[in-house]
Amino acid sequence: MIASLSLILLCQLVGEVAVRALAVPVPGPVVGLVLLLLLLLARDRFPVLARGPLGNDGVESASRGMLANLSLLFIPAGVGVVQKLDLLAEHGTAILVILAVSVIVTLLATVATFVAASSLFAREDETP
Amino acid sequence: VSDNPFSLWVYLSQSPLLWLTVTLVTYAVTDAVSLKTRRHPLANPVLHSLWIIGVFLLLTGTSYTTYFAGAQFVHFLLGPATVALAVPLYENRRRVAAAVLPMLVALAVGSLTAIVSVVLLARAFGLPRDIILSLAPKSVTAGVAMGISESLHADPSLTAVSVILTGIMGAIIVTPLMNFIGITDFRGRGFAAGIAAHGIGTARAFQVDEVAGVFAGIAMSLNALVTSLLVPLAVTYLLR
Repeated sequence: MIASLSLILLCQLVGEVAVRALAVPVPGPVVGLVLLLLLLLARDRFPVLARGPLGNDGVESASRGMLANLSLLFIPAGVGVVQKLDLLAEHGTAILVILAVSVIVTLLATVATFVAASSLFAREDETP
Repeated sequence: VSDNPFSLWVYLSQSPLLWLTVTLVTYAVTDAVSLKTRRHPLANPVLHSLWIIGVFLLLTGTSYTTYFAGAQFVHFLLGPATVALAVPLYENRRRVAAAVLPMLVALAVGSLTAIVSVVLLARAFGLPRDIILSLAPKSVTAGVAMGISESLHADPSLTAVSVILTGIMGAIIVTPLMNFIGITDFRGRGFAAGIAAHGIGTARAFQVDEVAGVFAGIAMSLNALVTSLLVPLAVTYLLR
């Protein structure tokens, strides 16, 4: 458990150091995600790595536990709404309408593109 | 201590313990209600935790800074949870690898739609320029969006609020909307949730279907990259 959490934190730490050292506009945790993915893939290639957090479902179960409660992690930032009540009183309706319409349009555009593109590429695969 | 309830309150309200407990207990209750309703979209645990804690802070006259001193321990886990997305991604790697091309096309279209739609709508509503700039990065995860907002000299705390509101609306709307238009491909449904509603959409996607959650997580990560490049371009072009 502790070893698995340490591995996750370590990946994030290396990610944060890397993006700062290289000054790239990528969030550190996203680099950490890629690192952990590479470690898991490397473990399949080299069984010697399958120990500690990388063995016996260690980092997997720790990650699943964290992702099962992903919603919780947004609450502290979200409560920040209380600081913006005056601004929401002034422009709140407009902002809510704008965000709602934008989110619906974005959902529709994204899913339509995904479905269209995947059937297009699937058809290309079938015709040699 | 207990002979003076007021001094006990003064002590507790300044300690991280109380606000961390309030956050966890509120979430535990709202999440249990969400489970009871079989994850009904309107029983979204983030939405209900926010107003309950918000009202509690207003009633007790507690500042957000004091609250956050306790709640930051939960907030901190956002980073490790992003790293943890590697695990479902790894477990579904074949499915993901087979869908790389549709994902990239949908990423480009979705990311652009998220930014352009909000900027054009905000302009049509005649909102002040600094508010439009603060709303522009609303579809990416809070940390990244606030960074973008800062670099545009907008208001990062308003950006954080619009990010959360967007996430909650996306999480509530995505399931009924996708059912209504008859999309049964959970890869696409999840991917759209991650693009439009970042981590809160991803959390929702994981509640509905694991594959949807995996694709939402990828969408959210990729969108963080693309949006930080696109927003500065889009606002200079659209707000001249």
